[in-house]
Amino acid sequence: MNKDFKPKILVFCCNWCSYAGADLAGVSRLQIKPYFRVIRAMCSARVDPEFILEAIKKGADGILVAACHPGDCHYIGGNYRTRRRMALLRIMLQQFGLDRKRLRLEWISAGEGGRFQEVVNNFIDEITELGPSPFGPTKRGKGKNG
Amino acid sequence: MVPVLSDLQKGERVKMADKLKLAIARGATCSGCDVEIVDINEKILDVIKIADIVYAAVIMDTKLKEVEKWDDGYIDITFHHGAIRDSENEHIAKLFRKKSKILISFGSCSCYGGIPGLANVTNKDEIFKESYMDTPSTVNPDFVVPLPEWKDETGHKLTLPRFYDEVFSLDDIVTVDYYLPGCPPLVTQINQALDAIISGKLPPKGSVLASEKALCDECPREKPKKINIERIYRPHEIELNPDKCLLEQGIICLGPATRAGCDAKCIRANMPCRGCLGATAAAIDQGGSILSAITSILAISDKETQLSEEDIEKLVGQIKDPLGTFYRFSMPKSLLRKVEKEKK
Amino acid sequence: MSEKKKRITIEPITRLEGHGKIEIFLNDEGNVEDAYFQVVELRGFERFCQGRPVEEMTRLTTRLCGVCPWAHHIASSKCLDAVFKVEPPSAAKKLRELGYCAHMVHSHLAHIYALGGAPDFLMGPDAPPAQRNLFGVIGKVGMDVGKVVIKNRYNAQRVQEIIGGKTIHPVTGLPGGLSHPITEEERKEIEQMSGELVEFGKYTLKLVVDDLILKNKDYVDLITGDIYYHKTYYMGLVDKNDKVNFYDGEVKVVDPDGKEYCRFNEDNYLDYIGEHVEPWSYLKFPFLKKIGWKGFVDGKDSGIYRVAPLARLNVADGMATPAAQEAYEKMYEILGGKPAHNTLAMHWARIIENLYASERMVELIKDKEITNKKVRNIPTKTPGEGVGICEAPRGTLMHHYWVDKEGMVERVNLIVATGHNNAGMHMSVKRAAQKLIKNWKVNQGLLNMVEMAFRAYDPCLACATHTLPGHMPMEIIIHAPDGRVVKRLSREIK
Repeated sequence: MNKDFKPKILVFCCNWCSYAGADLAGVSRLQIKPYFRVIRAMCSARVDPEFILEAIKKGADGILVAACHPGDCHYIGGNYRTRRRMALLRIMLQQFGLDRKRLRLEWISAGEGGRFQEVVNNFIDEITELGPSPFGPTKRGKGKNG
Repeated sequence: MVPVLSDLQKGERVKMADKLKLAIARGATCSGCDVEIVDINEKILDVIKIADIVYAAVIMDTKLKEVEKWDDGYIDITFHHGAIRDSENEHIAKLFRKKSKILISFGSCSCYGGIPGLANVTNKDEIFKESYMDTPSTVNPDFVVPLPEWKDETGHKLTLPRFYDEVFSLDDIVTVDYYLPGCPPLVTQINQALDAIISGKLPPKGSVLASEKALCDECPREKPKKINIERIYRPHEIELNPDKCLLEQGIICLGPATRAGCDAKCIRANMPCRGCLGATAAAIDQGGSILSAITSILAISDKETQLSEEDIEKLVGQIKDPLGTFYRFSMPKSLLRKVEKEKK
Repeated sequence: MSEKKKRITIEPITRLEGHGKIEIFLNDEGNVEDAYFQVVELRGFERFCQGRPVEEMTRLTTRLCGVCPWAHHIASSKCLDAVFKVEPPSAAKKLRELGYCAHMVHSHLAHIYALGGAPDFLMGPDAPPAQRNLFGVIGKVGMDVGKVVIKNRYNAQRVQEIIGGKTIHPVTGLPGGLSHPITEEERKEIEQMSGELVEFGKYTLKLVVDDLILKNKDYVDLITGDIYYHKTYYMGLVDKNDKVNFYDGEVKVVDPDGKEYCRFNEDNYLDYIGEHVEPWSYLKFPFLKKIGWKGFVDGKDSGIYRVAPLARLNVADGMATPAAQEAYEKMYEILGGKPAHNTLAMHWARIIENLYASERMVELIKDKEITNKKVRNIPTKTPGEGVGICEAPRGTLMHHYWVDKEGMVERVNLIVATGHNNAGMHMSVKRAAQKLIKNWKVNQGLLNMVEMAFRAYDPCLACATHTLPGHMPMEIIIHAPDGRVVKRLSREIK
């Protein structure tokens, strides 16, 4: 396993809970490894499976979807749909050959800056352990000459 | 001046020089598209009044050597069906692109990869082992395998097309002018396309000659205001009510993520849609699109906060083989294109 | 052609379903040294169907072939009945057989008028290529006859659509039956169309066999002559009276003298059939295991057998319907008894089968049960291994699925109609080439006559080449028949 491997992680945060939580982590100067980018959506249910597939195609090694705790969704039931969506998507990604651990769904509330730090660091470590995604951009190509 | 089909219904004859030159070229295909074109029935008699079919291996004797001698753009319209699976398919695709003014990607295999595109779930090593070693009826003690090049005892050299590691759609290999999806495309779709070509009233290049709406629009069944299902059933597990929406009955139907244009034939035959006309223009990935729709109709209970991750897994686990079902006809066109393996 | 080319490639082979080429090699005297019938396509169904829900196989396997999707749909439906251990209601079996006979008619008519029969025999084997096709045929018989041909093909299409849901790639097969019954209105429509198809079947018999072939001495000589002739075993499905049946029965094999060699069914087909591999074709060569693979030779000691129309008629004791039976007897009278080894007589046998299929349609549509509402029994047992066998237009078809407890496909074995004829086609092409091409004399008419050698079999190469070899990740050593090493190859090991 390549020790120089620096994973590319994408984190989707919902506006009302997890993005605020991420903000809190930042303001509190909590140390988080820098190998991730955040994309904010109004609700975790806005995260279309197509976004995640596109991210993997572009070389994301891991995707974390952070949402409100069940019962706390600003739009009442958005996160319930998210978890069904992510569960089925995880099964399908496994069929594509990806390790199940590469797609994660976590509940992070607005006041949980510490939890945001912990979850993201933990996810980065896990993905580093797994290694680059088999769909990494260097692997993609027409591959006609099989 | 190209004669218009409707004028000819009255029985006019057309001079040779004015006739359109049509070709039917094929890749990795089942030839259902060939049969469908021949099966446009009475209309074929109208077609041959205004067009000459200059190449169509299923019914005509023109050989490739002749095609290679033609000028570029000699053929007015080529209907290409079949996916790109090996070096011969690629050669044919490029040859007919060169020799044609208009190239139409005809049928789901050519447009999206189709059923042969499902081979992207596997790889050459696994396939090889299955066909030439492991199938129970194969008797192959010397491990003989088909080879791209081989010489017999007298020194005669024989070649076979080189096999590619993945399946491609036609537009992965060459520029396509129009898409006519379907498995196979309907006779009415073909006739409409022919009429459009002949009258010169074609949409912009790159268009899909099918509806922009989802199949639900064409479906004859009653559409419920809201769908909330507790259980997913496989088609053989329950009685299929021919009037109710299939999704409402818990049967996976790809209607919401599939283009209309097929007259909902499968639905009328009381079987769920499997997406052969491909994704609507609004979706970039048919599988992702239907995955989202299916999970949205799973009922939300009032005990949601008590459900564990295992409960959710079990709920969605009722949907068997999401990969092969949601991308049944469009795997090569999916964002991830094919199955890869994690490096250990 | 005056140039002395030692290698002739016919590419692509035409007026059949599928991709293939023929390579002919001439020696220094300009005679044929060797000829190969190469199947150049493959897609990999046996592999990529693994992991799919088994009830989807009826719709996946139809895409093996768009010319005979019903054959796969029926074999698959029967296989699913076996997998789920569920018996369809009697009305469902009759409906399936009715739809299937309509398909037989559709497929056979396509071959007779558009692919092999009329273009080669009506236009003439060495007519200009631009005329040797459906349009040339319509031009010659006239628009009125042309319209009758088209109308009857439409009849066959429409019956398939009513019962199967779509004209090409039927969808209604389920384990335990069909997804929907037919209405009384549809029954009337089918009855009308079936009647027309019987009349058209008789017309076709008269037009192609009586008027076109039998009245032309050159054609009779071609059919009964030496160029297209092989003494092989024959295989086909027979009902309990030993008559030809496409939907169900037992597989019967007769030897080159016409004596019964064996019978088998879904439970033991693997004991009888093996598949041989050659490096120059993607299609394997099935053969009779207990006799063994002896190379591309005729005769009782060679395991090679043939299937499809002539073989089915050779194997059976007759046809189950009257007009077809009469035609059957007449054919064998003219050919000099059973079994008939004349490859071109396959065209004749096909026309007889077409007539049988349409007569059978009339029998079935008149059955009291045909409009029953109950056309499906829902499976209740845990699924397991299953096999389904039927007769495709082009020969015996076997589907074999292994599934897990949840009914997900673990393994698939398909032995497909045209595959059984692979050895036959190769031998027929080689023999025709050797007998027709002499002293460097080659022209497009002769080459077409070489192609006629495979065309008689009405091949469906897409069906046959469901498998996918890819490149082998190991070392291969190829031996000549005498044991010496001809070639040693190694490829990257992953």
